[in-house]
Amino acid sequence: MLNNFVMPDLYPAAPEIFLLVMSFLVLFVDLVFGATHRWMAAMLTAVSLLGAAAITLVTSDPQPVLTFSGMFIDDMLADFLKLMTYLAVLMMLVYSRQYLADRGLDKGEFYLLVIYATMGMMIMISAASFLTMYLGLELMSLSLYGLVAINRDSVRGTEAAMKYFVLGALASGLLLYGMSMVYGATGSLELGGIAQALYHAQAEKTVLVFGLVFIVAGIAFKLGLVPFHMWIPDVYHGAPTAVTMFIGSAPKLAAFAMALRLLVYGLLGLATDWQKMLLVMAVLSIALGNLAAIAQSNIKRMLAYSAISHMGYMVLGLMSGMVAGKIDPFTATNAYSSALYYTVAYVLMSLGAFGTVLLLSRAGYEAENLEDFKGLNKRSPWFAAMMLIMMFSMAGIPFFIGFFAKFAVLLAAIKAGYVTVAVIAVMFSLIGAFYYLRVVKLMYFDAPVDSAPITAGLDMRVLLSLNGIAVAGLGLFPNEVMMLCTTALLRSV
Amino acid sequence: MIPLSHYLILAAILFVISVIGIFLNRKNLIVLLMAIELMLLAVNLNFVAFSHYLNDLSGQLFVFFILVVAAAESGIGLAILVVLFRNLQSIDVEDLDSLKG
Repeated sequence: MLNNFVMPDLYPAAPEIFLLVMSFLVLFVDLVFGATHRWMAAMLTAVSLLGAAAITLVTSDPQPVLTFSGMFIDDMLADFLKLMTYLAVLMMLVYSRQYLADRGLDKGEFYLLVIYATMGMMIMISAASFLTMYLGLELMSLSLYGLVAINRDSVRGTEAAMKYFVLGALASGLLLYGMSMVYGATGSLELGGIAQALYHAQAEKTVLVFGLVFIVAGIAFKLGLVPFHMWIPDVYHGAPTAVTMFIGSAPKLAAFAMALRLLVYGLLGLATDWQKMLLVMAVLSIALGNLAAIAQSNIKRMLAYSAISHMGYMVLGLMSGMVAGKIDPFTATNAYSSALYYTVAYVLMSLGAFGTVLLLSRAGYEAENLEDFKGLNKRSPWFAAMMLIMMFSMAGIPFFIGFFAKFAVLLAAIKAGYVTVAVIAVMFSLIGAFYYLRVVKLMYFDAPVDSAPITAGLDMRVLLSLNGIAVAGLGLFPNEVMMLCTTALLRSV
Repeated sequence: MIPLSHYLILAAILFVISVIGIFLNRKNLIVLLMAIELMLLAVNLNFVAFSHYLNDLSGQLFVFFILVVAAAESGIGLAILVVLFRNLQSIDVEDLDSLKG
């Protein structure tokens, strides 16, 4: 058997391999210099991410390349999502530098876990088989469980980690059970092979749909869709804000990739079934997310419910690919790229919103209640304006990136014939505007409770400003961003 | 020869027991970790049965990966359990109530 072993082509996986090697270096540097020069591990992590970005750009190929016996794919969609992931993680590192240093959390472990979680996301983004998808998912999730508990003396942090761990492991179990059923019905673990078997209708339909239910449940868990959303508010609330920001940004890109790869590339033959399941979950998520967010007084919890509703809107695009039992390539590409656009826009807005929460926090003080935003305009008009942009964009007020993202997914839903669903989604987005605008009201029309000056470093101020400008500015070029998403999707399998 | 359905039914029973163990358990977190392990083992049984029946080795290969990941997973789970116990002095599920809203 050994003599037909062929060395796999490692070139398409170069960014992952580079990041793995760099993680050993971070480990070593932290061991030697960790006690005296804490900044070195952080610096090296940022350098590794930049290096991985450069390698991703250099090895980018317009044609999809499969390697590792068809288990790993490098296409334009993977490159695009990976570049966005590096960007999100880098922004998280800059935003959280001061916060972590103030709390003594800027240890080597933090940066290592961030690197491994990023690597897990990259593997998920490039997965072309159930096996790689599962391994990527677990690498990401296990690192995130550790990150949530990084402040090990915090009762809330460790409790959130335990809840995240139990529910995350349950989600992996459901996903695996579904995968085993689909494997049994189609005889293949590769997504391409599964699509082939479905196309030729060789598989037992009952077993397939039974497996599909579990796979969709697993995906919904990772995206945080109702009724699999219970972990999101507790984890967002309990984790240190820097970790909340991490969980609320880059993993959404990976979860989107997971949904797209499994459902569209693998199980497109069952689209009529999974679209119905996604439809129910999307409507429930939009409704519950927007209603529950109104009742929150903690901004991290509010943003958690807002994340649930945003993922619901994103799924509106994902479930509109197939119309009346037929796949039209043009409509399908439009629908999936609207979902991709929504995910990218949401990640930018979420980074900005959590960035402002980090900006207002300082040593021994967490600015996590809505009251802490009172009178921000008097303390810092510029950053109040940045938060205003994020809130307007999340509410979907015109000419910010969030408006066009909502517009695109709603248009896709209407084109697919889900007019009632689109109307419900718009109504709940109006209800949702209430809690976003409440933050704006607190910032501009209330007297400050806390009048300490804002002490963030220059790097954070510049990046947060750029983030705000990007959310406002990209809203002026919606077609260009949409084109980018469509091109990435068209150049993939 | 034992038919495939017997294996699938056994795996389904194990899977249901583990899901019930996670949702109905109100007492001890370690029981929760055991239920999670049982769930992964049920999946493994499924994979091995299908693999044998389909005469395809990749399913058994998957089982090795699941076993390794399950070991790492319980390692992380127990580590979180230890820090939680140091903070709460208890591993009762009912004591996990500081996060609400």
